[in-house]
Amino acid sequence: MARRVAIVGAGQTHHKSHRLDVNGREMINEAVMRALADSEITITDIDAIIIGNMDHFESINYVDTWSVEGSGGVMKPIMKVTTGGTTGTSVAIAAYYHVASGLFDRVLAIGWEKNSESDTTAAIVTCSDPVWDRFSYSGAIPSLATEASAYMEQYGATQEDAARVAVRDRTHALNNPYAQMYNRPITIQDVMESSMLAYPIKLLDVCPRTDGACAVVFAAEGIAEKMIPRPAWIKSTAVRHTTTWFGDVDYDTGMLSLQRAAREAYEKAGIKNPAEDFDVAELYLPYSYAGLKWIEALGFCGPGEGPAFVGEGNTDMGGIIPMNPSGGVISTNCIGATALLRVAEAAIQIMGKGEKRQVPDVKTALATGFGGCWWSDVVILTGDKP
Amino acid sequence: MAAWLQDVEDLTLKGQINVPYTWSVGEVGSRFLVALRDEEKILGNRCPSCNTVYVPPRKNCGSCFKDIDDNQWAELGPEGVVTAFTIVRYDYPLQPAKAPFAYAIIKLDGADVGFVHLIRQGLEKLRNGVRVKALFKEERTGHILDIDSFVLLEA
Repeated sequence: MARRVAIVGAGQTHHKSHRLDVNGREMINEAVMRALADSEITITDIDAIIIGNMDHFESINYVDTWSVEGSGGVMKPIMKVTTGGTTGTSVAIAAYYHVASGLFDRVLAIGWEKNSESDTTAAIVTCSDPVWDRFSYSGAIPSLATEASAYMEQYGATQEDAARVAVRDRTHALNNPYAQMYNRPITIQDVMESSMLAYPIKLLDVCPRTDGACAVVFAAEGIAEKMIPRPAWIKSTAVRHTTTWFGDVDYDTGMLSLQRAAREAYEKAGIKNPAEDFDVAELYLPYSYAGLKWIEALGFCGPGEGPAFVGEGNTDMGGIIPMNPSGGVISTNCIGATALLRVAEAAIQIMGKGEKRQVPDVKTALATGFGGCWWSDVVILTGDKP
Repeated sequence: MAAWLQDVEDLTLKGQINVPYTWSVGEVGSRFLVALRDEEKILGNRCPSCNTVYVPPRKNCGSCFKDIDDNQWAELGPEGVVTAFTIVRYDYPLQPAKAPFAYAIIKLDGADVGFVHLIRQGLEKLRNGVRVKALFKEERTGHILDIDSFVLLEA
């Protein structure tokens, strides 16, 4: 039987488009030192490290080895886990597995990216098959734009509906000094007037490119309770990967991998009515339209109901289910760290350390990861020991 | 903050790696590309277990996790229906065409999955559900872009 596991501390950098004052290893170290301080431990208390980022992004692929001075991995078990956009949830889930196995008591998960160091699109197209998809259908924006246009046609959603999601996340970022887009709110009109990249996606519908890192400490039951007053317990996790062929995706059946991952994670956690059962959600929404369609896959509302659900304010701070109090991915996207930031922010909400972005009385929190060709991770955290 | 930090110039160094690759297409994919190159034909294959007709063809069905054996080949298209698309408005060196152009998911006649490709002309008439037809290049090399693009068949 697996051991129960909790998050006992989290650290992140102050995210920016260019962190020219530090190299990757030094930037990783900032997040690690903040996570250790938050957990009130030192690196000697850490038994193992899981680290990840995007392949090809910094042109140094073996981060597990070259970053040890920054990560704290000198003479410790350390491994790299990389799964594209879901890298951050993968390092979190791998750290959870490590502690749950009983082989390690305290494990550090690290995600990071220095997007400023490369051409993001040139690096990201290496995720798609070089013979079949890379040269006829490539890049993050066109595939998301295809999904968005299909969703609009299916349900009559508008560009303004999507803009409402971007405005929400950028408004929430007013409360998060770590966000790249801290104190840079936007309006629906701003989104509508921003330049068209690939119909229907405009510049302000999509995430920025970010330099940043995040680190999270996982600890076993019996230890976690003694470390901090209110650990964030892992209630359940689920991972679903679909096809690698972009043409195989049926855009009219919703976000399938997220539906399936949510179904498994909800069943294990006893979630029956997500909008009521969760107190907060930190979702990997890399562009505004995901904030309409993908919340349907998560069961917050029915198919096609995303625009009304968001438009009525249900997902704002103070709404039924506040989404992305941190400002979300639209406000910060250091890709290898992005999904780990979702887990960290969900844990921060449970631990009650959210300061200005804190949602009151969070007992149960949802975090998600999204990657590559439509795959999904779901992590459910709770304040009560499962 | 240490005093010396105020005067430091943050340097960056330029670099580029240019790594040539030679990707194995595999026998199943090679047969598809050879048919494009030599016969202007689009081949797919059918999973004997779930009957899904795949294009490009697959050596095995990922969902059923069964081999697709040799007698399951089918000629598809060259016409089909657009099921989803985006019109790209920005230029970028890695893209296969200058903007504006469309990336489209096309359900070829006889296929059960979409085929991702380009549409260059008639973008103002592009809608989900329009019928399109493959336009082959004159010079073909055994590449997915031996199909130049798909052209709209109706207004």
